[in-house]
This record gives sequence, C-alpha cells and structure tokens, in this order.
Amino acid sequence: MLLRKNPDLTYADVTPRSVYVDRRKFLKTMGVASALAVAGPKVWELASPSNLVFAATKFATLAKSQYSTNEKQNTFQDVTHYNNFYEFGTDKTDPAKNAVNFRTTPWSVAVEGDVAKPRKFTMDEILKIAPLEERIYRHRCVEAWSIVVPWIGFPFSALVNLVEPTPKAKYVAFTSYFDLGQMPQARYAGIDFPYVEGLRLDEAMNPLALLCVGMYGETLANQDGAPVRMILPWKYGFKSIKSLVKIRFQEKQPRSTWNILAPNEYGFYSNVNPTVDHPRWTQSKERRLGEIFKRNTLMFNGYSDIVAGMYSGMDLKKNY
Amino acid sequence: MRAILTSKWTKAGVFMLSLVPFALLVWNSVGNKLGANPVESLQHATGDWALRFLVFTLCITPFRKMFHLPELIRFRRMLGLFAFFYVCLHFFTYLGPDQNFSLSAMLKDVVKRPFITLGFAAFVLMIPLALTSTAGMIRRLGGKRWQQLHRLIYVCAILAVVHYYWLVKSDIRKPLVYGVLVALLLLWRILNRRKTTASAKATAAATT
Repeated sequence: MLLRKNPDLTYADVTPRSVYVDRRKFLKTMGVASALAVAGPKVWELASPSNLVFAATKFATLAKSQYSTNEKQNTFQDVTHYNNFYEFGTDKTDPAKNAVNFRTTPWSVAVEGDVAKPRKFTMDEILKIAPLEERIYRHRCVEAWSIVVPWIGFPFSALVNLVEPTPKAKYVAFTSYFDLGQMPQARYAGIDFPYVEGLRLDEAMNPLALLCVGMYGETLANQDGAPVRMILPWKYGFKSIKSLVKIRFQEKQPRSTWNILAPNEYGFYSNVNPTVDHPRWTQSKERRLGEIFKRNTLMFNGYSDIVAGMYSGMDLKKNY
Repeated sequence: MRAILTSKWTKAGVFMLSLVPFALLVWNSVGNKLGANPVESLQHATGDWALRFLVFTLCITPFRKMFHLPELIRFRRMLGLFAFFYVCLHFFTYLGPDQNFSLSAMLKDVVKRPFITLGFAAFVLMIPLALTSTAGMIRRLGGKRWQQLHRLIYVCAILAVVHYYWLVKSDIRKPLVYGVLVALLLLWRILNRRKTTASAKATAAATT
C-alpha cells in the first residue's frame, strides 16, 4: 500500500522551523500563543472538531442569496448520515462513524500554478476572503439521489480574484486532503487518493460555484467535507471536492479521480444531464432523500439559466 | 445429529430463522429506522438476503456429501424458496419505488441496463424453479428432468453475483465475497462430478 505523505500539511509548516528547533524560544512563543487564544478566540479555533462529533460552531451573520431555492430542505441528520466520502469508507453510513476524529485544525489551502500571487491560506484567512452567505442548493449525486442543503460560503471567484490567475491559466485543479493514518478505510475504496478534481476557469468563476465552509448555520461536519470544500450545484456531487488542501491554476485540463477510474462512466464535465445516462443506470430520474418515488431530474440540476451559456455549442453527449 | 436434523422442530426453527431478516426489515420500516434512503436500504437488504439464501441452498449438496449428512436435503427446498421470497421482495422494491409500478417502464429499463438485465433474468429463471418445487411437480416431471431443470439455480447464482458486481462503483469487496463462495460451490460440483464419473467408469471397467 502507498503511504503518501501530504506535502502540504506537516508540522514543519505549522510551526516555523526556526521556532521548533529552539526549544526555549518555542516554549515562550507557546505561552504567548495560548494567551492570545484565550484573549481572542476566533471562530475557527472554537470549532476544533477533533473532540466533537459535529463541528458545532455557529456562524453569526449570514447574507441570504438570490441563488437559494425555496424547496424543502433535507434534515441535518440525513445530510450527515448519508455520505459519499470514500476516504472514510464506501458505505453511506461509514463517513459519519469514521470521520469523527478527523483533525481539521490547523488547516491551510495552498494556491499555486499560473497565478500572479500564489499563497497559502489558513482557515482564518479563508473565512475573511468574502462575506459569508447561505446558499440553499439542490445537490444531485451521480447515483441518482438528491438533497437540498443550506450551505455556507462565498463565491469561489472571490478567491480567484485575490490570487490573480495569469492569462495562461485555463483550468483549476483541486486536491483533497489525504492521510492514510487518519483514513485507514481508504485502502478498500477502489479509487486512488488523494482525491482530485477540476474545472474550467470560467466554470470556477460562475457565480454558483461556492467555496463552502459550513452548512445549516454551522461549520461543516467532518463527513461533509470539513473544513472547506467546493459546491457546484449544476454538476454531479462528486465534482464538488471535499476537505480541500490545494488549488492549482493551469493550462492543461486537470485529471479527476472518477474519470481516471472509469472514463466511460464519469466525464470531466459531469454536468447534471437527464438526457445522458450513466452507462449502468438512468440519469433521467432521481430520488430526493425523504421521498419514495423518483422525480424527474432537471437539466443542469435546474440551474440552466445561470450555467447553460458556458456550454453553448458543446456536444454534451460527448462532453458528459 | 441425525435426530436433530430429522426433527420437525428443527425444520420449523430454520423456517422461523429465515423469516427473521424479513421481520427486521418490516420492523425497521415501520419504525423509520432504515436511514436517510429507506428505499435503497430495503433494496440492498433484500438483494443481500436473496444472495445469501442462494448460497445457503447451494451449500446443501456439498455439505451432505462432505459431512455425510444426507438428512440436510430436508432443508434444501425451504432455503431455495426463501431465496425466491427475498428475490421477489427485491424485485418489488425495484418495480415499485424505482419504476412506479409501471411494467412498460420496467421492461425498458431491463433492456437498457445490463446489470438490471442480469438481475431480472435471475429472477425470471427462478420462477419455474419455485413453481416446480412441490412433490407433485417433481413426480410429474420425473426425477431426472426435474433435476436438469433445477440446475438453473447455478445460472441464477452466477447472474446474481455479476448483477451485484456491476452495480457497485469501485469497492468490490462484497460482491467479490459472494463471487468466491458461489465459485467454490460450483467448483466442488465440477470436481465431484469428475470423481463420480471416474469411479463409475472404474467400476464399469472392473465388472466387465
């Protein structure tokens, strides 16, 4: 088995090397740090989901969004106990059990590649990029079930504008966190990790593309991709990468995990499309969790008026 | 051991035991304890139990021979019929919630989706086996013809395993377990057949 060490998250990164080699200085710094932690606890430090089943920190002020649906939301219980997060097991109920002790602090997201200002964002910095909004989106899984979730985040374009992609950047590649030590069930998933995904730059800039840090008024539950993930409501769920650690801007179309496994079943675009079936099952219908009979699946999951323009002239049967 | 196996209480016990999964599914359905996607959870559970009972049924003959327990034959029909029972439940959880009880929609789906095609074929092939499981039907068909017909269970088991294998996205452990079990049980039959035909030839050669 491959034991990949994540290059982005080592203790050397968390604590500057110059500090942790000098023990005395380190201890002094620690004192200051803990004083700071007591004096000014930030929302992220309070979250510490390592000792909680769910990250229960509430977000205070959330702007409403014109992109929200008024459909009936699924329950928090459903959304936290019916998950595809293969790093934590392949049964829908596995991630709720196996992600309980997933460590999401400290966390940072590296932005690199064809950008004028490559940098690393800490969770605190991410939370300050743009005002947080609540976005109630439909979420359609490639397995033909769907949910309605009140996500919390801000348009991914806000982050893109901060790092200033160069003209060379045509695509955005995403990488999930992976640590076999924390995710031993990943061995049996049958897919390669870390999980990778990608978007065309214009897709990433679409106002619907959400950099998501919470749901149901709180920080994200571990099994739902804590602490930060993408939400792309017009695409099948697997495109919306979880527990994001790296964003890379590049000229080439990025590889994506499910496409690598079965290119005839999962395309790069993977837009929700009731007229293009998965080779093994129909995509024309879906089961909304909480309902018994299936309902019709909508083109682009009902977001045609906001996203269809990006694909005009494209053969969506070929670019599935 | 013989006495236990031939007791009518044992048979009644196995019958009740075989109904436990069904009772649990009913209980959990009524109590809304089937999770976020109860339909899917029923589909998976009934499919799993159908496959398990198929495997139990296929175990009877090898176990009879290996452990010299011919009395085990008393349970074969019952286990086979329970396999059919769970397959029927499995089928209706698909015909109902997935296909809105529309036969035409279902048939379209059956033709279009290879994994559904196989599952449906296994279900259809089990119908004549269930119908001819009575003593009267065995007599009417004649032992040899009946046996030939009932070898279809091997085909059903293989179809069911592939049906499961084609359903899963990437984690193939569970269908693989069923696949290995069915393969072993069928392999035993092939080897056993070779052995018996070889020994039959040997006795035939010795007597002439």
